[in-house]
Amino acid sequence: MSERKLILITGRTTHQGVGISSGKHLEEYQTATNVVQFSPADMQRFGLHDDDMVRLKTIYGTATVKCRSADLPEGLAFLAFGPAANQLVGGETHASGMPDSKGFEIELEVLSA
Amino acid sequence: MLYEHVVCAFCGCVCDDIDVTVEDGRITQAKNACVLGKAWFLDHGKPTDLPAVRIDGQAASLEEGIDAAASLLARSHYPIIYGLSSTSCEAQRQAVALAEVLGGCIDCCTSVCHGPSGMAVQGVGEPTCTLGEVKNRANLVIYWGSNPAESHPRHMTRYAVTSRGMFTPNGRKDRTVVLVDVRPSPSSRAADIQLTVRPGKDFELLWALRALVQGQKVEESSLADTGVTLEQLVDLAGRMKSCRFGVLFVGQGLTQSRGKHMNLTAAFLLVRDLNRTTKFALMPMRGHGNVTGVDNVLAWQTGYPFGVNFSRGCPRFNPGEFTMVDVLRRGEADAVLSVASDPVASLPNSARRRLADVPVVAIDTHDSETTRIARVVFMAATAGIGVEGTAYRMDNVPLHLSKVLPTPYPSDEEILSRLLARVKEMKP
Ligand code: SF4
Repeated sequence: MSERKLILITGRTTHQGVGISSGKHLEEYQTATNVVQFSPADMQRFGLHDDDMVRLKTIYGTATVKCRSADLPEGLAFLAFGPAANQLVGGETHASGMPDSKGFEIELEVLSA
Repeated sequence: MLYEHVVCAFCGCVCDDIDVTVEDGRITQAKNACVLGKAWFLDHGKPTDLPAVRIDGQAASLEEGIDAAASLLARSHYPIIYGLSSTSCEAQRQAVALAEVLGGCIDCCTSVCHGPSGMAVQGVGEPTCTLGEVKNRANLVIYWGSNPAESHPRHMTRYAVTSRGMFTPNGRKDRTVVLVDVRPSPSSRAADIQLTVRPGKDFELLWALRALVQGQKVEESSLADTGVTLEQLVDLAGRMKSCRFGVLFVGQGLTQSRGKHMNLTAAFLLVRDLNRTTKFALMPMRGHGNVTGVDNVLAWQTGYPFGVNFSRGCPRFNPGEFTMVDVLRRGEADAVLSVASDPVASLPNSARRRLADVPVVAIDTHDSETTRIARVVFMAATAGIGVEGTAYRMDNVPLHLSKVLPTPYPSDEEILSRLLARVKEMKP
């Protein structure tokens, strides 16, 4: 087991968007929102392969998700908006009404590799 | 039965060229719609057997539901009405009136998508245009912090990139497309130039661009942390100044990152500066189908686009104080009315936790995480499928939503107006 730090951005994806209409309980939405993407370099650095399980942690909460390699800069992770992302984003809005949903630090714990 | 030129109200593109086929009481085809639009038409058009009203999980009549919801809301001291971005302007109007009678807060999904853009507009103004002008004139198109290929799939083809217009007869060939983002995305394929900015460095990059556009000297060292070189930025500044008509589309990459409204203020000021030498506009990539409409309705009626409070009898605006995430996170709200939204599934944990502790009334077109915890649930007709109405496109152009299917459910507007009438009786 190992712990590492990365910067996470959460955002829209096509399958997550389809799930808003088709049903968030459906597999398409669940899969889309429960997979974190890492750069190939980070996957290699952490000894990860597609669909390995990882735990992401912030001071607000944790989320256990699958990981997948994607075209991302090293050190950056991407997770679609959804239940897992909601665990990690804090509620502080710095007098703006908007939580910090992008560009915050997460700790990575490798669960299966 | 074929309905032509139907409006899709799923995303802020609000495409009005969808041909909808209805067979045996359900939508079987939505020609011209993208993958998101197809899912919206086909899945919202499915027949359901959910009761029109549920109180504590039990089916009830509309009258009983109105009574139960009105008394929950009328009894509360600090209710908040939230959502409203996927319903008609006619329903939104009723919700504002209800917030006023309740003396509570009203906030819309804007606060968690483009609230920071609204705050920047209030500070420095909005150099804008319509998507028609973009289609007909824009020869430089910049997406900053946006991934339209996934969030607004027809934005590039219908309005901004491949579409042919009066002064852009060759479509894609007549435009230069730039993408500024923290990562390559599915939209990158459509770009001539991609600049990859480091997370949280958008403000610095926008400010340096302003300096270059104004002809000031920028040191390479000042860009060291941004991920972008001076050469790349000088090239972009040159293209921005020399284009015939430029447009900067801004996404949640700017509004949800460090800097928030200051990122947007920098973007608006950059575009203001550019208008000294050419024609340039800025447009937020609004997400939900009628989130632009709710900003407009709230602004006509209260003077403010989101995060409005009526507890002193007059509208007050204060993001961070009267916005949904803050009102919940601080444990202030003692009742919630969610309209056409799913806050339980979409808000950060620390905010949504409060939703389990207070009475929730939900009005929605389908079951959701929020309807599952709500004390009173109203099933409503989908605006644009089961009921007519008005929606605003992201460029503030209002469009008419059609009814293409019969529905057993009342409209959001009807539910809200009946709720308003009942609350008025209870709260003279
Ligand atoms: S781009 Fe948006 S409005 Fe147009 S069809 Fe797709 S989802 Fe509907």
